[in-house]
Amino acid sequence: MRLQIPIAIGFLAGFFMLVQFFVPHQFFQQSYLELFDWVKIIGAFALVLGLGSLFRTHIDKIRNRRPDHIYSFVTLISFAVMFVFGIVYGVKPHTSFDWLFKNVQTPLEATVFSLLAFFMASAAYRTFRARSVEATLLLTVAVIVMLGRVPISDYVSFVDFHEASEWIMSVPGMAAKRGILLGVALGVVATALRILLGIERSHLGGGGGGSS
Amino acid sequence: MDTIVLLAIYFARRGDMYIRPIPGLEAVNDAIGRATEMGRPILYISGLSGISDIATIAAMLILGHLAKRTAAYETPIIVPCNDPLVMTAEREIVHQAYIEAGKPDAYEPQNIFYITDSQFGYTSAVDGIMVREKPAANFFMGYFFAEALILAETGNMTGAIQIAGTDADTQLPFFITACDYTLMGEELYAAGAYLSRNPLLVAQLKGQDIGKIVLVAGLLAGVALATLANYIAPDIFDRFQSWFQIHN
Repeated sequence: MRLQIPIAIGFLAGFFMLVQFFVPHQFFQQSYLELFDWVKIIGAFALVLGLGSLFRTHIDKIRNRRPDHIYSFVTLISFAVMFVFGIVYGVKPHTSFDWLFKNVQTPLEATVFSLLAFFMASAAYRTFRARSVEATLLLTVAVIVMLGRVPISDYVSFVDFHEASEWIMSVPGMAAKRGILLGVALGVVATALRILLGIERSHLGGGGGGSS
Repeated sequence: MDTIVLLAIYFARRGDMYIRPIPGLEAVNDAIGRATEMGRPILYISGLSGISDIATIAAMLILGHLAKRTAAYETPIIVPCNDPLVMTAEREIVHQAYIEAGKPDAYEPQNIFYITDSQFGYTSAVDGIMVREKPAANFFMGYFFAEALILAETGNMTGAIQIAGTDADTQLPFFITACDYTLMGEELYAAGAYLSRNPLLVAQLKGQDIGKIVLVAGLLAGVALATLANYIAPDIFDRFQSWFQIHN
């Protein structure tokens, strides 16, 4: 019973979503919006659980004096500061909360994002060492595509890098991409069926899907 | 396509089915073994797209099978989450896996925790976990965005064995570059069935393969017919083509 009821709910909800996608009747559209509201409400409750987990994790780290627990202090203090400013002054534009968000949170996120350039360089260096046929092919294709994207290739007269780059992107590249997407679409259909029909149950904690 | 999958499931009841080996999934046991020998944890990331994405659900299914194996060896599994709903579901999955493995006391709910829903806040926190805890194996399953390479490269620098699986075609090259094994596209959805070895789920993989053969055959037939019709009877070709066009 512990498994049958969630499977039945999953099947009914999934089947309803499938039907409403194809039937534009007002009843289905309204019910769809109603269900979406339920999802938001569940999400709000889950956020409380998430925050509880966040606090417990960091308080445990501080209490047990685990290595680098200083960062747990930073997390909790940052949370408290943002929470107090948000509650006292609101979260609208030109408030203290908004100022902190724009001048602390946003630059920090931009910093982490910009690290991507360095990671890309180190990953490219490791991959483009032409130690195998595949790596050599990858290196050659990457060089052509990169040269096709920069103005300096205009000064090369013997090869049209722009055209070669476009051909690589739109013919072999696109073919591979479409092949992957077709496989993904089939995988999505199969996984959805598995869950709707209750064949796969491990997400319910039921050990479905057999033993490992 | 649904019918093909359902038929394959029906025929699966008749006997064993062969499925091609997927190196990334064959390496799961090696990764767990390595972590157990080194006495280090395993890090599992289930993407950043939330519980409503089927890729996250596929990642959670894989987590269930993986947790059952790590529970058997009592190897800790760390699961940082960026969605509280995913965290709640994953706690239940891992808890049940530990119960099924006969090790309910080894389950540590605090190892599955919420960090933040901010993309790069989450990324920097996970990078910090990789550097501090030094997991022996990192699993990146689900849908990823720009953080894919940051996570995978940091994991690579810490020397962990890395297995990734995603249907995000834009992030696949990064995972292929920085990880030891990568499950590409549909392999992410096949992983749960592959790890379980349940005949019904394996049959579904067969169904997917048959579906692909039908699709490719359809594509080839369409190309041949369209080419022929264009030369012999362009009117019929145009009418046939209009069946597949979307009219607003």
